[in-house]
Amino acid sequence: MPREKIPRQPMPEQDPQIRRRNFAEVPFGYSPEIAQLEAQRCLFCKKPKCVQGCPVGIDIPGFIKLIKEGDFAGSARKLKEANALPAVCGRVCPQEEQCEIVCVVGIKDKPVAIGRLERFAADYERNNNLVTVPDLPPPTGKKAAVVGCGPAGLTVAGELAKLGHKVTIFEALHQPGGVLMYGIPEFRLPKAIVEAEVDYVKKLGVEIIYNAVIGRYMTVDEVLESYDVVFLGNGAGLPYFMNIPGENLNGVYSANEYLTRSNLMRAYKFPEYDTPIAVSKKVAVLGGGNVAMDSARTAMRLGAEEVSIVYRRSRKEMPARVEEVHHAEEEGIQLQLLTNPIEIQGDDQGWVRSMKCIRMELGEPDASGRQRPVPVAGSEFEIEVDTVVVSIGNGANPLVSQTTPGLETNKWGNIIADVKTAATSKPGVYAGGDIVIGAATVILAMGAGKIAAAAMHRYMMDIPEPVEAPQAEPEKS
Amino acid sequence: MNQILIKKVLAEGVKELVISVPQIAKARKAGQFVIVRANDHGERIPLTIADADAKAGTITLIFQEVGKSTLLLGSFKEGEFILDVVGPLGKPTHVEKFGTVVCIGGGIGVAPMHPIACAMKESGNHVIAIIGARSKDLLIMEDRLRNASHELHISTDDGTYGTHGFVTDILQSIIDRGQKIDLCVAIGPVPMMNASCRLTAKYNLMTVVSLNPIMVDGTGMCGACRVTVGGKTRFVCVDGPEFDGHQVDFTELVKRQRGYLPQERASKEQFLHEGPRCYEQSH
Repeated sequence: MPREKIPRQPMPEQDPQIRRRNFAEVPFGYSPEIAQLEAQRCLFCKKPKCVQGCPVGIDIPGFIKLIKEGDFAGSARKLKEANALPAVCGRVCPQEEQCEIVCVVGIKDKPVAIGRLERFAADYERNNNLVTVPDLPPPTGKKAAVVGCGPAGLTVAGELAKLGHKVTIFEALHQPGGVLMYGIPEFRLPKAIVEAEVDYVKKLGVEIIYNAVIGRYMTVDEVLESYDVVFLGNGAGLPYFMNIPGENLNGVYSANEYLTRSNLMRAYKFPEYDTPIAVSKKVAVLGGGNVAMDSARTAMRLGAEEVSIVYRRSRKEMPARVEEVHHAEEEGIQLQLLTNPIEIQGDDQGWVRSMKCIRMELGEPDASGRQRPVPVAGSEFEIEVDTVVVSIGNGANPLVSQTTPGLETNKWGNIIADVKTAATSKPGVYAGGDIVIGAATVILAMGAGKIAAAAMHRYMMDIPEPVEAPQAEPEKS
Repeated sequence: MNQILIKKVLAEGVKELVISVPQIAKARKAGQFVIVRANDHGERIPLTIADADAKAGTITLIFQEVGKSTLLLGSFKEGEFILDVVGPLGKPTHVEKFGTVVCIGGGIGVAPMHPIACAMKESGNHVIAIIGARSKDLLIMEDRLRNASHELHISTDDGTYGTHGFVTDILQSIIDRGQKIDLCVAIGPVPMMNASCRLTAKYNLMTVVSLNPIMVDGTGMCGACRVTVGGKTRFVCVDGPEFDGHQVDFTELVKRQRGYLPQERASKEQFLHEGPRCYEQSH
């Protein structure tokens, strides 16, 4: 019997003209009816490719089937077997390049909206107070410490707690979530949702100690005196700047600072909250990634008249998700492509007034495979700005590595960890997430967390490492 | 944790809080600071640790009430809790036996100077302390600095106590008497640190300053605290707070400290008008 063709269900969202001035979440999410309709599009493949595309290996057909059957809370529980933060991942994962890109339905039609369904199930469970904690095994008596309460750390903590270990997270900031709390804005990931998902991890028995900057408050060696094992998930630390004149003028921010003030410190509610943020008319955001989009959209919501993304390559090379660029443009953010800032100019009081840029053109491919942008001689021009947000990435924070003898780092300061076990050069110390791979995505950090948790469990319980299956590829003679 | 055990008023608008933070008290070293957030709606402000008692598990914070956040903190009573205290942050002071160390503290800068003078003295240095204030009423920690030094000099801008003049005038007279000086440490308002450094540069005296820019996280993540030192951008929270004073761009530092003046004024006005509100005091 031929299946009735159901189109991929769109997710309703706030009108761009309205949402550009508020911090409420942009999409509204699926209703149960729409979710069930979308779930019917899944073919429930026997060998699902989508699961292989998922860095944490969620049983995707399994959770979608439960939505189709109307067991929404059961669907959420199925998700949580593999992923402690489904409401987060349903919102911020780049599904279009992970699970959805390999969806078989997507060969002839648009792929199943896996991310939207994940979000729906998690939201349904939370909004209807149906969150339950799985039965936990008896305590093993082992203690694990996790440094950093971001996506990697929360994943490790949740996984180890479910195996019966006592887990303590040491978080440097005063709130949990790491980048989920300080980095990703409210309109893309409401903080109440982060808090609820962290709460779930706490219900698994995980303890969180806030304001504990490992490397200063305690060293890793001191932590190891009281714990059997340590996971380092302290994240991407130090923001890069352009190293052009004028970057220390007032009104120039790193994206980290701009977003931290707005998100973690709630500066968008100043003076109800005490942390201020620039009141801007014309904002330039330097960079073309998701963080740049978040910064630009935040600037618009803070009341700026004009917001531009200034990026040195063309649209095709922008690292941001297509969806994020689309949302930004809908909200009136201008893209100044093939443009590179060369100097920020200020007044005598030290405030940004303008920025000197140069046009770029694409030349030969560089090491990243993308065409190298080269300046067009004589094309300098000035734009009027009062705020500049530098969003060109982060280097590794040295606080942990500098204070931990025996912990090897690469030339950029990232901690070196085994891809299959997350083990570092120091026995009993594991690492994952941005501190290992450089700034990446929430879900990649969570994938690393899962690998680490499995290896940490084996380490604590003296279980031998699984023997490698022989390589399928025959040796070349 | 974070309970205020002792509160004192040291001078008009200058408060001392002794707070219970056992792990920070144990881990901290001279020159380090903490970041505090008074309540759920508060901002994160850096305050240098003025003293610590590892056995009692306490640290001492001394601050001047200049804006809303310090006024709010100053309104806390003994027995109350500060919501967040993060630390110790920053690199500790480099302490060794240099010989003769001159410790110059101006205004509220006397407080962060105190543990450095103590550590220098403990390491066998001959410590000459110079402390100053605008007026006698505003001079703080005289007795404690007397204990932390071998020789204490005092100046007031208006001549109401000690030498009439600036701390740099006393420093000049010490240099003039032919005193051998191996290291200077100057902490206080930017003009005072700048003046001290200009003076010591003339005599080629190595001078360390401790900087106090605006910060948010204090762990190197945001870069709000960047300063130019020797032509390079440095983060005070992880690369400092102490730097070679002869290399610091003080003009830029002053401008950056004024980055939020209009908002700070508005916030302070509102606080003075409405008083502290009741917000969450626990996690």
